[in-house]
Amino acid sequence: METTSTFEKIFRGTALTLVVLFFMFPIFWIFLMSFQTNETILRIPPSVVFTPTFENYQALITGKLTSAAGTLDIAFMRNLGNSVFLSVASVAVALVLGVPAAYAFARHKFRGSEDIAFTLLSFRFAPPLLVLLPLTQYFQWLGLSDTYFGLIWVYQLICLPLILWIVRGYFEDISADVEYAYRIAGHSWFATFRKIALPLAGPGSPLPVCLPSSLPGTTLSSRWCLHRPTSSR
Amino acid sequence: MASTANQRKAASGFRISRKALPYVLSLPALLVCIGILVPFLTAVVYSFQRYRLSQPWARQFNWGDNYINFMSDPGFWNTLKISLIYAGTTVTLELLLGLGIALLLQRRSTLNNFVSIMLLMPLMTAPALAALMWKLMTNPGFGILSYFAGLIGLQDFRWASSPDTALLTVVLVDIWVYTPFIMILLLAGLRSLPTQPFEAAALDGVPRTFVFFRITLPMLTPYILTATLFRLLDSIQQFDIIYAMTQGGPGDTLTVFQVEAYLNFFQSTNVGRSAALMVILWAITYFLSNVFIKHWLRLRERARGES
Repeated sequence: METTSTFEKIFRGTALTLVVLFFMFPIFWIFLMSFQTNETILRIPPSVVFTPTFENYQALITGKLTSAAGTLDIAFMRNLGNSVFLSVASVAVALVLGVPAAYAFARHKFRGSEDIAFTLLSFRFAPPLLVLLPLTQYFQWLGLSDTYFGLIWVYQLICLPLILWIVRGYFEDISADVEYAYRIAGHSWFATFRKIALPLAGPGSPLPVCLPSSLPGTTLSSRWCLHRPTSSR
Repeated sequence: MASTANQRKAASGFRISRKALPYVLSLPALLVCIGILVPFLTAVVYSFQRYRLSQPWARQFNWGDNYINFMSDPGFWNTLKISLIYAGTTVTLELLLGLGIALLLQRRSTLNNFVSIMLLMPLMTAPALAALMWKLMTNPGFGILSYFAGLIGLQDFRWASSPDTALLTVVLVDIWVYTPFIMILLLAGLRSLPTQPFEAAALDGVPRTFVFFRITLPMLTPYILTATLFRLLDSIQQFDIIYAMTQGGPGDTLTVFQVEAYLNFFQSTNVGRSAALMVILWAITYFLSNVFIKHWLRLRERARGES
């Protein structure tokens, strides 16, 4: 890197430009499309000359898409609300369930602990359809299909293993000696967990919170909605 | 410390809870996840049955017939072949591209950091949505990419709707979505490498290619392995991109495992065959994830100097 020649500079610059072009162009193009009407989108050849319109965003927010053919109802705001609620709720549940379990796996080597932790993680990698197809039937029998409760439960299979394994790593990186000292000073287990372990692991928390919260929104929900096109409530 | 009695009480409480505590703590998480074993076992049972939703009266155990039939079923071999080709191509190309980009961005600078964050945007889009974006752009009528293809002389390039280029198109979308994942892992790896070996090599005037193949690459191997296995596990079960793009078509050119199982369940309503397909895919991913997790645990231990 010390002997950067002009040729290498040019090469690096071109390569980086091409990379940025390839990865950013689709997003840029769709972004442009969002300010256009159908007429300008469908032009042949495509062109970037158009008068921007906010109709599309307006339609999403008001829920009424007005076109020459008539008015169409779109429930985007409700869908968005559903997505946000489901993500937040499932990550909250996964944190409540997962952080204590992660602490247990990190601090105590108990019988079968590695096997249990591995089994939980392997859920993350199992093909979703294998479980989802029978689950759809069970949910219909149990009356759980199309309910928030059912979806949040299913999301746990994705969120919980991730939270468990990431947070476990944080707890393992913290020395247990501080906790022992606090315990010997006569404090209860729960106080130690709350006052020592959690604050020490806390700085790493944005990752386990953000990562799975983006996941229900992307991976599983798209799969789940393909199965249940009506799952709006 | 208040008194010796108090101290003993605390100590004994410590010992008792030490035994029961981990079970108590991990029980809720386990109970929530154990619910999933029921549908899993149901799926395995289905895979041993002759079970079609259209003929519920003919439902009966046929034991391994679903699996034995796969042997002489060209559709199954096609599914296996396509899945392996898809996973192999995407992971190889993403790895090469991701490594290349990570090397380009290795030096810490404002521009490089900005670009690396910007490149994460495709990863933030849902794969199904990314597929729809590309579907818009590759529309033969008004798609911008079809227009570009026409400019460089590829008139009437059919993208995902031609059997010849369908695989290429979905691989392209997969690369667009997931290369940033590999890039960011390898970038983190590259930046965390110790600097001494590189300084020593620079002092000795070792050629750059030699440094790359003999120092950088071996030291980066753990990160490369992690990224590869992670992507391989996801890629072999790809569903979103392919289903949103082509629904497994045209014909059966893109019927990878999950798409084929989905079509079997919902279109030909052959639940038995669908379940058997998923069980085979599960066996493949279980093997891969086992390798992955063992490897990961070993790395963690080495990182903490325990082995």
